[in-house]
This record gives sequence, structure tokens and C-alpha cells, in this order.
Amino acid sequence: MISKRIIPCLDVRDGKLTKGIKFKGNVDIGDPVEAAREYYEQGADEIVFYDITASSDRRDIMIDVVRRVAETIFIPFSVGGGIRNLDDMRRVIDAGAEKVSVNSAAVENPRIIAQGARAFGSQCIVLGMDVKKVDASGKVPSGYEIVIHGGRTYTGIDALWWAKEAERLGAGEICLNSIDADGMQTGYELTLTAMISENVGIPVIASGGAGKPEHLADVLTKGKADAALIASMVHYRTYTIFEIKQYLAGRGIKTRLFW
Amino acid sequence: MIAIIDYNAGNITSVARALKDIGQEFIITNDTKELDTASHVIFPGVGAAGEAMAYLRQKKLDDWLKKWFAAGKPLMGICLGTQIILDYSEENDTTCIGLVAGATKRFPDHTASGGERLKIPHMGWNSVKMRCSHPVFENVPAGAEFYFVHSYYPSPADSGVIIGTTDYGISFCSVIAKDNIVAMQFHPEKSGRPGLQILKNFCAWRPS
Repeated sequence: MISKRIIPCLDVRDGKLTKGIKFKGNVDIGDPVEAAREYYEQGADEIVFYDITASSDRRDIMIDVVRRVAETIFIPFSVGGGIRNLDDMRRVIDAGAEKVSVNSAAVENPRIIAQGARAFGSQCIVLGMDVKKVDASGKVPSGYEIVIHGGRTYTGIDALWWAKEAERLGAGEICLNSIDADGMQTGYELTLTAMISENVGIPVIASGGAGKPEHLADVLTKGKADAALIASMVHYRTYTIFEIKQYLAGRGIKTRLFW
Repeated sequence: MIAIIDYNAGNITSVARALKDIGQEFIITNDTKELDTASHVIFPGVGAAGEAMAYLRQKKLDDWLKKWFAAGKPLMGICLGTQIILDYSEENDTTCIGLVAGATKRFPDHTASGGERLKIPHMGWNSVKMRCSHPVFENVPAGAEFYFVHSYYPSPADSGVIIGTTDYGISFCSVIAKDNIVAMQFHPEKSGRPGLQILKNFCAWRPS
């Protein structure tokens, strides 16, 4: 049977990692390519890069990072952040990424999902969703609302409706981030994750809130996620990916253990 | 020299990068004369069967592949490249090259395992049960997993050519071996070290 995927997420600004990542004693706030290689060696099943470079004229730096990563690791990886149109997608894919993820740009212009799926195939197009819990209303019946621009702008769009709509438009996967859980390290938003995952036919990557291996076990079982995104818990070397996978194996959750 | 067939179908550059990593020289081409000079040919691909076959026919690469196979030279299929060496694909109702008898089929819509609905495409890491050994799978650990991303799967008519199977609701053929062909549904170029080992083995393979 298919394994659940464990996916480290790396934030990159101007070609550099934005959070310190500690490997084998040396503190390195530097090179995303080296960090990707380290996680590849540790058994990451996929890697997500999120480009938070503010100015668009510096985006070529990220393309160079993507090119170097593609020569260094032989597992799939995706790139998100600042992808606004088909040309942005093409540049990232041509540089060697398997997948691109679109978030705010897809909310503002949903056609980008269909255009991307037609040009590169659905398997290339990941919809990133940032979601906040709100009071259920006529407009937001699920009680979860899409927020964009890094959590600053409420859209009035219902998260469950948007997930289904993105699937219909041709997204191949959803990366579902809970703004409420993000950075708290107290566990993923299980109710939200299960609700989305049960209502779409495409894989769902849960994001936001991982602090302990138990949290991954919960979201991959109760939360019905197909994959779990992790950041701080491996960046600060509290756990290695292999330790997390061993824990999951003990809980009867299948992950890839040989590489 | 290894040749990668370039037919406008996706993951050619990722296969090239993997060959570079294992120190293997290669050419990427759709020119049959250049392909004739190769020792081994890799037939990769991501995309849809209909478009891929139209392009191959236009470039006469379908006929070239038949000749290459008949000459007993080593050929590796990857993903779409594996699906379209069969006779037929349900994807776009496409007549394919027919090096191996059988059809490429779509996963049933209500694929399920243990009561849980399985998502299509089958995307992620999964294992392969080998029915027999094969030189291209030498030194690949038995528990190794490989990266899959597909909605269709190969279903050869002769079960004797199925040397590896994978479970995803159903058990499907994930590795085909027939004479000088070895073909897999997963992506060795994206399957970490075990995948690179397969590529390395293929480049050294001398089918008898």
C-alpha cells in the first residue's frame, strides 16, 4: 500500500533559508540546497520550498536555487510563493521542480489552476490554502474561511467550497495550512483536515502545528491526511525525519523506511 | 552511449539529471539517426497517451522503437513510456506501440482499501513485490519504495512478463520485463538511491 509522506518545508528569502536550521552541531542559516540534501539523506519523501522573497526582481535567485536543488536530490519537490501566472510556473518547472503551488494568486484568479493543469498536468499543480476558523455563517457554512496575503486578508470564501472548486479546476493536490495552528507546535487542526480530505478525491497535505511525532500520527489517521508538512520540529533538530518515521511505524502507520 | 528519447513528454530533464549524478554520459534526442548510435535507450514520459502517440508517429519514433526492440537492444520504459509500449491505452482511447501485448487501464473510480476511499492519481511512495530477480533490479533492497504518480496502469496480456506488482486497492503490474525490455510504472529518477541504482544497472545491462 501507499506510504504516508513526511515533507519538510523550507522558507527561502533572497536565496537563503529564513530560519536557522541546525544540522549535526553546526548552526547554518545559509543554503537551502544543503538543507534539502540533508533532508533527502534523512529520508524526506518530498520537499516543499516556499519563496518569501519580497521583491519580484529578485526572483531569479530562487530559480537558481531550484536548479541546484534538482541536481542534488532525487525525490520530488515543490515550489510555492510568488507564483502568479503560467510563465512563473514554467520557469520553476523548467528549472526542475515537480510541482508548483499557488495560493493567493489562485484565489484572485482561479483560472490559473486550470491553465496550469492543462499546460503541465494536474499532478504539477498544488493548491495552497491558508485557513482560519470563524463562526459558521451563510457565506462560510463550514466555519473555515480562506485568508490570503500571508493571513492578512479575509476573503469571505468557504474553505470546503474552495477545496472542491480547486479540484474541479484541475488541482492535483491540496496543501492545507491552518493559520490558527501554525507555529504553535500543539498539533495539526484535525477537524479541518479531516473535513477537507474526506470531501475531495485528491491528496491532502496537512500543514501547521506539528511539534511532536504524535501530532503527525494524529493527522495521518484521525485527520485523514495523505501527507504531513513539518518545519520547526526538524529544523531545530528536536527530531530527525527517521525518528518520526520510526515512531509512526510503531503506531502502525506505513511510511517509507528504506532509502 | 545512453540515449533518452525526447518526445515532448515531461520528465526528460529529471532523467538526464539522474544520469549525470551517476556519472553516465547520455544524449537527449528525437532523431532516429542519432538514436541508432546509442547502446541503451530510455523511453520516459509524463503526460497523456493520445498526444504522446501522435508525436511519436509524426516523428516515426514508433516504428523506430519496434526496430530497436526487434534488434535485441536494451530499452527502458518509465511511466507513460511503459504504458504506451503496450497495444492500447484507455487514456484518450489510444492505439499504442505494441511491443508488449496488453492494455493500459484506468484505476477504477471507487478504488478502496480497508473501507477507505483511495485517491486518484496514485501519487506517492509505494513498494514493488518482485516475482523474480532481474539484472536491472540488482542491489535494490527488498523493502525499497518508489515514487509513483499516475491514474492509469499497465496490464500485460501475458502474466509471464509481469515481474513486479504494487498494491493500490488492486494489485497492478508495476514492472514489466520482456527480452531486452524492462519497463516500470514508477519514476526511478525520483525514487532516491534505489531508483538511481536501477538506472545504473540498466546502463550496464547486457540482455542475453
